[in-house]
Amino acid sequence: MKELSAAEFGRRLAHLLISLFILLCVTFVIGRVLPADPVGAIVGELADPAAYAAMRARLGLDLPIYQQFFLYLNGLAHGDFGTAALTGNPVSSDLAQAFPATFELATLAVIISTFVGVPLGLVAALFRDSLIDKTARVIALVGHSIPVFWFGIVGLVIFYAGLNWVGGPGRIDVFYEGLVTPQTGLLLVDSLMQGETEIFWNALNHIILPAVILAYAAMAYITRMTRSFTLEQLSQDYVIAARAKGVSPTGTILRHVLPNIAVQLITILAISYGGLLEGAVVTEIVFSWPGIGQYMTNALMIGDMNAIVAGTIIVGFIFMLLNFLADVAYAVFDPRMRETAR
Amino acid sequence: MQDRDLQPVLSVKALNVRFGRGAVPAVSNVSFDVGRERVGIVGESGSGKSTTGRAIMRLLPPAAIVSAERLDLSGSPLLSKTERQMGALRGKDIALIMQDPRYSLNPVLSIGKQIAEAARLHLGLRKNQAYDAARAMLERVRISDPDRVMALYPHQISGGMGQRVMIAMMLLARPKLVIADEPTSALDVSVRKDVLLLLDELVRENNSGLLLISHDIRMVAAFCERVIVMYAGRIVETLTRLEDARHPYTRGLIAALPDPRNPVRRLAVLDRAKLDLETAQ
Amino acid sequence: MSDAIRSEIQIRPPSVPSRMAASLARAGRKLADEPLGLAGFIILGLLCMIAIFAPLLAPYDPTVQALGDALHPPSLAHPAGTDEFGRDILSRLIFGTRITIQTVLSISLIVGPIGLLIGIVAGFFGGRIDALLMRATDIVLSFPSLILALAFAAALGAGLTTAIIAISLTAWPPIARLARAEALVVRNADYVVAARLYGASPMRILLLYIAPMCVPSVIVRLTLNMAGIILTAASLGFLGLGAQPPAPEWGAMISSGRKFMLDYWWVAVMPGIAILLTSLAFNIAGDALRDILDPRHARS
Repeated sequence: MKELSAAEFGRRLAHLLISLFILLCVTFVIGRVLPADPVGAIVGELADPAAYAAMRARLGLDLPIYQQFFLYLNGLAHGDFGTAALTGNPVSSDLAQAFPATFELATLAVIISTFVGVPLGLVAALFRDSLIDKTARVIALVGHSIPVFWFGIVGLVIFYAGLNWVGGPGRIDVFYEGLVTPQTGLLLVDSLMQGETEIFWNALNHIILPAVILAYAAMAYITRMTRSFTLEQLSQDYVIAARAKGVSPTGTILRHVLPNIAVQLITILAISYGGLLEGAVVTEIVFSWPGIGQYMTNALMIGDMNAIVAGTIIVGFIFMLLNFLADVAYAVFDPRMRETAR
Repeated sequence: MQDRDLQPVLSVKALNVRFGRGAVPAVSNVSFDVGRERVGIVGESGSGKSTTGRAIMRLLPPAAIVSAERLDLSGSPLLSKTERQMGALRGKDIALIMQDPRYSLNPVLSIGKQIAEAARLHLGLRKNQAYDAARAMLERVRISDPDRVMALYPHQISGGMGQRVMIAMMLLARPKLVIADEPTSALDVSVRKDVLLLLDELVRENNSGLLLISHDIRMVAAFCERVIVMYAGRIVETLTRLEDARHPYTRGLIAALPDPRNPVRRLAVLDRAKLDLETAQ
Repeated sequence: MSDAIRSEIQIRPPSVPSRMAASLARAGRKLADEPLGLAGFIILGLLCMIAIFAPLLAPYDPTVQALGDALHPPSLAHPAGTDEFGRDILSRLIFGTRITIQTVLSISLIVGPIGLLIGIVAGFFGGRIDALLMRATDIVLSFPSLILALAFAAALGAGLTTAIIAISLTAWPPIARLARAEALVVRNADYVVAARLYGASPMRILLLYIAPMCVPSVIVRLTLNMAGIILTAASLGFLGLGAQPPAPEWGAMISSGRKFMLDYWWVAVMPGIAILLTSLAFNIAGDALRDILDPRHARS
């Protein structure tokens, strides 16, 4: 392990903060500058003139641009993302309510894609050019080319409408709604904690299809990268030395190669998580999943710029934060950044 | 029991190694025996000496085609063994010492863990006992303060110490045959002799056979009872003393060595065209 | 000796067209070795053909409604079934190819040159310019491209042109990075150094010497990235931000078919197959292109 100097950490942090600032500038442009009618985009077309004028004053549209920007930043600093046209609630509370659903889905998807993708990549590398390898490459190729939201539709058609193996849209059956008190916001966890096993299974039934669909797309990336990392390691001397020592092929992979690629895998996972969030945004609506994705999708369909901008900021921030963490983890743990022997 | 002592540890006859569709075999018709003695294989890069060593361990890449009339370890044929059976032999009955400990030791595992792994695999020891065995072995290879070293990582120790660790790791199970592939080439000249002496000592102690592979003919001649000279995949000569060299290649090699007692203005160089002609015959 | 100088035999270098033909033939031979890559290119070629000859190929008019024939399953008369307005889905898919090709070409023509320019300027001039440009590139690269494209498209108003602009805004960084890497290598080449020495202007060097060397890898990267861009465009269409109805944009078709997905699956599923095939074709063709144009990039 290498200690990350304060300067390097500071540099990366500064990069993150600058990126964040640029993101806010971009979203400001998206929300206020670009739309032909920024006020109408927020209050809707049928708002009465009084509401329109009030919003216009609130946004400060008569002020010079940079002052508008400061107003915007100021609002954000206070957690004020404006009011949603659809619900009439503050966007921040809408998002806070929607976030756990997306978090639960994305996290489960990343777990599935890791536990399937990494072993698949390892095996594909170990048995290079074999049937398993070729199959893994095909799976990855398709995963790379498939529109996730469409895949969700196909999945629903086959496994819900056709085979009835999984639950339909939504997090749980209407029957069970509201029976579990939200503690963590994660239905699977909450229902278990409250001993409601029936609800747990129902929730699992509903989450499994969207999670697997999302996981598949991420898996394509994870499998390919794991295979690539493993192949890199397999030609190294220490692998031959381990075999010469009598370590079995499985032992070599698990005890020798895996620790060497662990850090690279973690960075891959962080990046995949970001990608999964993006995938969730378009796919949630297919599953009527009440997360950020559905919230944003609905907002997009009616052009509610407040909600869209807020969603963009949140997802963008998480995305960049994940990349930042991956960067830092890499710098700290990368075995290649070694001091040479004395 | 007497028979076993007389039987060579390693018996190789007509070993051939070809890589895929390569026109020239990497190793061609190589035959030799190794008893409980020290045998050296000398040659330049590309002579096939390292490939021979790896072929015996059956650690060549899948593209390599290995064939031989005989490849026996203490009478037990190696070529017909499954990968699993070979895995059981490696580290236990045959060991391979590799060239550069910076690369042949796993960079992310501690030294102690790597040596203990050998103890767990071949002596069947549990975790704490394995670490004790590792510690004992480190002392045996004359590393002072073994506890400290066991906690270190490969990049934190010197080359010489790394090779000692390598030797400790590979000889822990007292293998019958030790193949050392350029064990000192990556080390500073000042530590080479110590490492070789250590290796020699351990091999004698275990009454094992040593196959020392190197390009340094003088070193090999000094340490080994027999020297096999390889060129272009073939054995060109076998000798016990450098003075007995007869083949033009061997004589050319020896003549090319700088001798501080007889300084010359120009070092002799091998005449390859002539050599290739003669070796082909 | 003097005879040799006045020899009748004139040595001429092969003309440019024949050199181009020769290298194309070489590329073609290499491609033939890779049946999969060849398949990818063939599919892409077919797509272009379909787009060009759509009116001739489509059995029905894609916009004419025939409510009596609504929601018929796939049959001989309608191989892909009909949608809720009775329109033949296959015909709509065929015409939708035009939108897809148009999107792909437009984005390539925007992102390619702009990314290339930024990259070679950064790579060639180095120093502060490089640092500034690459910092900007890295920042845009760290944004979630799909989400931003959505937001841009929403702000600019729904439509194909705005969708294209929105996607292009976040698609250029990989090209810029690639071009920069190539430029860094090329700028040290002897002929470039020679050109600088005899006083060629930076503009000339950039455009005539450096840019051409970067073009092959930019093309490869664009082809590979197109697969993802098609998916992004489809997502935008799905969310109503692309070409507007009644235009037969594949993503939008999936969206309108979603209402009936449980009972009339083909309305939503068929367009997705088209998207999948197109994206696959770009991926495969891009991989093959990479193997042909950059033999250093060993197939691992």
